[in-house]
Formats: sequence, structure tokens, C-alpha cells
Amino acid sequence: MDDDHDHGSELSPMEAKVRALETILTEKGYFDRKALDEIVETYETKIGPRNGAKVVALAWSDEAYRERLLTDASEAIAELGFTGRQGEHMVAVENTEQVHNLVVCTLCSCYPLPTLGLPPVWYKSAPYRSRAVMDPRGVLGDFGLKLPDNIEIRVWDSTAEMRYLVIPRRPAGTDGWDAERLAELVTRDSMIGTGLAKTPAQLGTPS
Amino acid sequence: MNIAPKLLLGQPGDEDGPVFDKAWQAQAFATTVMLHNRGVFTWTEWTAALSREIKSAQASGDPDIGDSYYDHWLNALERILVDKRITKPGQVSDLTDAWQEAALNTPHGQPIELVRPT
Repeated sequence: MDDDHDHGSELSPMEAKVRALETILTEKGYFDRKALDEIVETYETKIGPRNGAKVVALAWSDEAYRERLLTDASEAIAELGFTGRQGEHMVAVENTEQVHNLVVCTLCSCYPLPTLGLPPVWYKSAPYRSRAVMDPRGVLGDFGLKLPDNIEIRVWDSTAEMRYLVIPRRPAGTDGWDAERLAELVTRDSMIGTGLAKTPAQLGTPS
Repeated sequence: MNIAPKLLLGQPGDEDGPVFDKAWQAQAFATTVMLHNRGVFTWTEWTAALSREIKSAQASGDPDIGDSYYDHWLNALERILVDKRITKPGQVSDLTDAWQEAALNTPHGQPIELVRPT
């Protein structure tokens, strides 16, 4: 072949490695294109923070559900059809007037996939993973969240077996709202603890 | 150290949460879930492999600000497949080279195919 670069194609090292793994797995009979495409589609379109928002909104509007969620989150979340293929145990932690909860995974980036989908880039970053534990107030400040000094911040470190979902506080001015309407106030960050739920006035603004 | 720019830049503008940046990331992720579903490894084994990979990348100087996450992911997948004896050490990198070579020999715009020696 000549040395005219325009005539060749290019694969980045990571693109080529994905293909290499596909070649090996196909030859060994482990590769299933259809199953793979379904997984990608599910995670891209069906599983996302809207699932978690439905859980939180129901807990806000249905006291019996809230109690079930706090007692056994895995079961309560499964009631809505969101089950983990990773089989991890879910724990719901509730924000109150005195306590604000923040979730991190210092070890890698464990994240409750069935309720929140795939983690955002910053959740996977070393600065977040290390600083959330050492300086949670500073991290919240970086997200524009200033909490009064009298509020205790509890940091929950996820593991392969244990994942956490923060139940943010229900915003004022939402009396009588049903779960569907309430769910619109629940942002992804509010369920990680790096944000609060939206107020009715903030609806329609980016989270 | 202020991490705000790193935290907030690089974060996809995402009311609906993040998706994959590149097609290979989606495939790396889904391949892992697929192999887990087929019982090739447990999710605990997987997260152990991934944390090991992230630690070793950090040790060799990766600032690890989140953008290399799927690089670690794919490297961990390679490692666990070696551990599970589905592939041999070196086989993945040989095939990776072969795929890149095949790409160079493929006119732009045509599908890249790997012809395996039989």
C-alpha cells in the first residue's frame, strides 16, 4: 500500500480493543449482538434518573410507601419495576431539617444503575471521590449548594453490595401535588446529594 | 484544591443523565453487562477488577478526572477475561494491533473487516 494517509481508515486504540474483544468473544461463543444492542438501548433510553425520581415522588406523596422505602429500599424500588441486574442492595437515606446525605463511591464508581442510570462524569472523577469524604461541605459548595452550619452532612460510601439513594426534602408549596407532578421536581443530583429538589418556581429550568 | 471546574465542566448538559460519549464506550459497557448476565463473572468480581484498574492507572499518573473512565473499564474487562481464561495474556493486544492494521488498509468510508489467519 502507498503512504497516502487519506486512503486509510483509522481506529483509535480503544475502538480497536473493543473490536478485538468482540472477535475473541464471538469465537468463544459469548458474543450476542442482539443482547448487546438491547442493553445499550435500555441504558440509553429507558434507565435513567427518571426512575429514581418516581421512587422519591411516591415516597413524598405516600407515607406507607415512604416507610417501606426506608425499611427495605430494594423491595420498595422493585415494586415499581426497577430491579438491579447487579443484585446490589439498595438503601434509601432521607434528608431532614437536621441531616443532608451525600453519596459517593471512593473505591471505584459504584452507582445505583436501576434508579439513576449511568453515572455522570464528575461522579467518576478522582477529585469527587476523594474530596466528598474529606470535605463534603466544600464539594457541595462547588455545586453551588451552601447548607447552614447546623445541618449535619452524612457521606455514604457505596460498595459493590450496597448502593444509596438520597430522598431529598419535599419542596415547599407542593401541597396536594400528585406523584407524577412531584417527580418533575426530583433531579438526579438531588438523589446523589449534590443538589436539592427543584422548587415549583424552578420547574422548567435546567437541573 | 478547587475541583469546581472539573466537576461542572465535562459534565454533559444532562437533564436526563449521561449517555455514552463514543460508540466503543457503549459497547464496552454493554459487553460487560452481557457477560455478567451470562454468568461469566459476578458483579462483585467486576467492581473489584475495575477498582484495581483505576488504582493502577492513578499510580501511573492518570489524573483520573472521569474522562478516562471507560478506558479503565475496557482495560478491566480485558484483565478479567484473562483471569477467567477466556483469553490469553497478549491475545487482546495482538488482535487490537491487527484491527488497527486492518483499518489502515481499508479505504476510508468502507467497513473495516478483520481477516483472521486460519
